[in-house]
Amino acid sequence: MKSKTIKVDYLARVEGEGSLMIKLKGDQVVDVKLKIFEPPRFFEAFLRGRHYSEAPDITARICGICPIAYQMSAVHAMEHACGVVIDGPLRALRRLIYCGEWIESHTLHIYMLHAPDFLGYADVMQMAKDYPDHVRRGLQLKKIGNEIVRLIGGREIHPINVRVGGFYRVPTKHDLAPLAEQLKWAREAALETVRWTAQFPFPEFDADYEFVALRHPDEYPLNQGRLVSNKGLDVAVEEFDQHFVEHHVAYSNALHSTLKERGAYLVGPLARYNINFDKLSPIAQQAAREAGLGPSCRNPFRSIIVRSVETLYACDEALRLIEAYQMPDQPAVAIEPRAATGYGCTEAPRGILYHRYRLDDQGTILDAKIVPPTSQNQKMIEQDLWRLVPELMSFSDEKITWQCEQAIRNYDPCISCATHFLKLHIERE
Amino acid sequence: MASKRKPKLAVWKFASCDGCQLSLLDCEDELLSLVDAIEIAYFPEASRAMVKGPYDLSLVEGSITTPHDAERIHRIRRASKTLVTIGACATAGGIQALRNFKDVKEFVSIVYATPAYIETLNKSTPIADHVFVDFELRGCPINKSQLLEVISALLHGRKPNTPPHSVCIECKRRGVVCVMVAHGTPCLGPVTHAGCNALCPSYHRGCYGCFGPMETPNTNSLSAWWSRLGVGEADLVRVFRGFNAYAEPFRKESEAHEV
Repeated sequence: MKSKTIKVDYLARVEGEGSLMIKLKGDQVVDVKLKIFEPPRFFEAFLRGRHYSEAPDITARICGICPIAYQMSAVHAMEHACGVVIDGPLRALRRLIYCGEWIESHTLHIYMLHAPDFLGYADVMQMAKDYPDHVRRGLQLKKIGNEIVRLIGGREIHPINVRVGGFYRVPTKHDLAPLAEQLKWAREAALETVRWTAQFPFPEFDADYEFVALRHPDEYPLNQGRLVSNKGLDVAVEEFDQHFVEHHVAYSNALHSTLKERGAYLVGPLARYNINFDKLSPIAQQAAREAGLGPSCRNPFRSIIVRSVETLYACDEALRLIEAYQMPDQPAVAIEPRAATGYGCTEAPRGILYHRYRLDDQGTILDAKIVPPTSQNQKMIEQDLWRLVPELMSFSDEKITWQCEQAIRNYDPCISCATHFLKLHIERE
Repeated sequence: MASKRKPKLAVWKFASCDGCQLSLLDCEDELLSLVDAIEIAYFPEASRAMVKGPYDLSLVEGSITTPHDAERIHRIRRASKTLVTIGACATAGGIQALRNFKDVKEFVSIVYATPAYIETLNKSTPIADHVFVDFELRGCPINKSQLLEVISALLHGRKPNTPPHSVCIECKRRGVVCVMVAHGTPCLGPVTHAGCNALCPSYHRGCYGCFGPMETPNTNSLSAWWSRLGVGEADLVRVFRGFNAYAEPFRKESEAHEV
């Protein structure tokens, strides 16, 4: 029987380094390997012996695209260990800076990494020749997300102002005022983005995924909530290790995380949307409906619309937070370290990001566990490819390769984070 | 005037967080003009189009941590007219150079269930330890204005203007109150390379050295000052072992406080 291998040696427009190998025997897919050759950096090892207060600065360095996610999961886990709960304006400010990261990261993915696939361009630079106004809109929207992060955090990449207990310096109401004006424009631009992405050509590709996301009684989840799935999971963040398990596979530097009972699961915008549609703001719900999405969406290619809806939500929510903001009396609350284990899980733009730290009574980190979103989605990405490739058999290798890359980019995988993630090889015998 | 060939730019990645190359995509206001002036020939984070070399300018992010990467950097050097390292990983080994002070085998076994699957070098080393580097841009992450300055300068054949003085000078220029003198907050500003515009002190915290050592830093004197502020020896080791732990002045200072 005729066999062949499709190889993508260096998967582009994702963050970090990975490759894909698909082996075909006739019309049968016999192997799919998403390989992460991003070199290991050993964060969990060298966090041992560091002071609890260093975790937000150090773990931010795991990822340049979503440093706020790392900082937020770290501060929540440390505060949990030390028995402190941050509420009021400090909590609101954390939600605001996280909205900034969602806007920046989602817009980067929508306009610069994913939209070129749907419109048939190698990159945003080529796309800009035919879609200059769209690209300028995307860049401006992304810039506003970055400006929120910069104003509160000090800089876009690896912000310096986040600390366990709160912030080093908090903005005045006056400082935030210019952002409100920009966000009013951004909210309109995000609405246009939803309408634009809704027109892209989408393959019919639905599956019965298990979606896992945080769920909070009062809000669309960012920093806090219970771990909930559409197939019965409903546990506290502290119970993560009892339900999720990481596997080390020979071909990848990234660990694969699965649900103990049921295997692969999906995290990220699609999961959040399916589990928390009712918590989106009215404007975001309405835009989703106009874009042809119901309260449930199970086509990963449509994640670009969901991401656009979430961007709209983040602009709307950021505006609400700024209007309600009252400057706190203190930039941070006092922390007294104690010998304890702390757990934190927040919604990175790509999905849930879990941190666990064990501290001694001096606040020294004894051990650390970090499970990034891409480790959790890896197995599901492979499963999507197992299902997708047979439908593409009549196409040229070039087209199969591009479609597979696109299916991977549906997940906005962050490979740097996952090492602890891609090339495409399609092999036909 | 006859149109000139656009210079070819390549962006390479080794062990890193992708943050420094992301700085290029974070130039929202300048990106489209930049693309008018140069050809982005190889930049996998942004494009699936990969044009063959040679390249006029290569930007290298990340440190060397695997046998494969130690080979790959030589191929990149041969294909590059000018090679610039961007960020603390490529310039000083990065945060992952914390392994250089420990047994890497232990690190592998802490993180991975099957250490035999992992291929890694004992040390994380900067690019200049392996090949000739034309220019090093500091920072964890780099400053995007400095990145634009470096690209612009090199494409015009002049020296980039990224001064090697300390963060202290930037603080004074901005009129930021000295956090160490006024509040007794330990600060690495006096020994740290400029480039961030004294960011941390302007947010009421001490500099933690993410731009690495300045030219000829007096780390010994600064440690004495920190000691007077009540910082212990073990803490001094940790302070100098941050994002530029393997840069020589910081490495030596950290070793001087090991007990």
